[in-house]
Amino acid sequence: MMPLMRTCKDATALLVAREDHALAWRDRLALRLHLLVCKACPRFARQMFSMRNQLKQWRNYTTPD
Amino acid sequence: MSSTTDPHPHFEQQVADLHDYLMKFARLQLRNETWAEDAVSEVMVAALAKPQAFGNRSQLKTWLVGILKHKVIDAIRQRSREVCQSGDGSDNDEDPLDYLGFKADGHYNEPPADWGNPEQQASSRQFFEVLEACINVLPAAQGRLFLMREWLELSSEDICKELGLTATNLYVQLHRARLRLRECLELNWYGKALKP
Repeated sequence: MMPLMRTCKDATALLVAREDHALAWRDRLALRLHLLVCKACPRFARQMFSMRNQLKQWRNYTTPD
Repeated sequence: MSSTTDPHPHFEQQVADLHDYLMKFARLQLRNETWAEDAVSEVMVAALAKPQAFGNRSQLKTWLVGILKHKVIDAIRQRSREVCQSGDGSDNDEDPLDYLGFKADGHYNEPPADWGNPEQQASSRQFFEVLEACINVLPAAQGRLFLMREWLELSSEDICKELGLTATNLYVQLHRARLRLRECLELNWYGKALKP
C-alpha cells in the first residue's frame, strides 16, 4: 500500500472536493504528486478552474442595459 | 405620502422594472415560485422605503441584488428543513464521477476535453444563459446548496450551520452538483465550441 498514490478517479474527486473545503495535507500532497505525472487530470483541473472563474464572472455580471 | 415632494420621481418605476430580473435569481436559488415571489416582494418594499438616486441601472441592480441576497437567506433559514429535500426523489445513489468514464483501475478512458484557457473572459450573455439553464436542471436541493456556495457565497461551515446538515452530507451534494454542472456545460457549451 502506497499511501500517497492516487488513481485518476481519486484525484478527480479531490479536485472537485477542494472547491468546497480544505483538503487534508496528505490528500493535498498526493494530489500534487499525481498531477505531476498524469496527463489527463491536469485537464480536469483546468476545467474546474474554468468553472470557478465563470461562476465568479456570472455572479458579478449585471446586464449592461 | 405626497408624490410632489418625492425627491426621486422615477425611482419607483426603475425598481418595478427590475422585478423580473430579481425573480430570475430568486427562482434559481429558491427553486420555489411562492418563496421567490415573497422574497422579491420584500426586496421591493425595502427598496421603496429608501428611495435614492443611482447613477445608472447597473448600480441600482447591484443594490437590489444585495438586498435580495439577504431576503433569500432569511427565506432559507425559515424553511431550512424543506430546503434540503429534493421533493422529486430523483436523486439516486449514482455518482456523477462515473460519467467521466474511468477504467476499472481508476484511469481515464479518455482524457477530459480541453476547454481552453481557464482565465479567458470568454463569458458572454449566451454563456451565462447556458450556465443558468444547467444550474436549473440540478435536483432542487442540490441546486439550492450549490448556489448557497456560488451565488450567496456562504462557506460550507455556514451552510451546515444554517441548515443543520452534516459536512459529509453537504459535500456529497456539492460534489454531485459540480460534476453535473461540468457535464452539462461540456454538452451544451463546450461540445459546440470544440466541434463546430
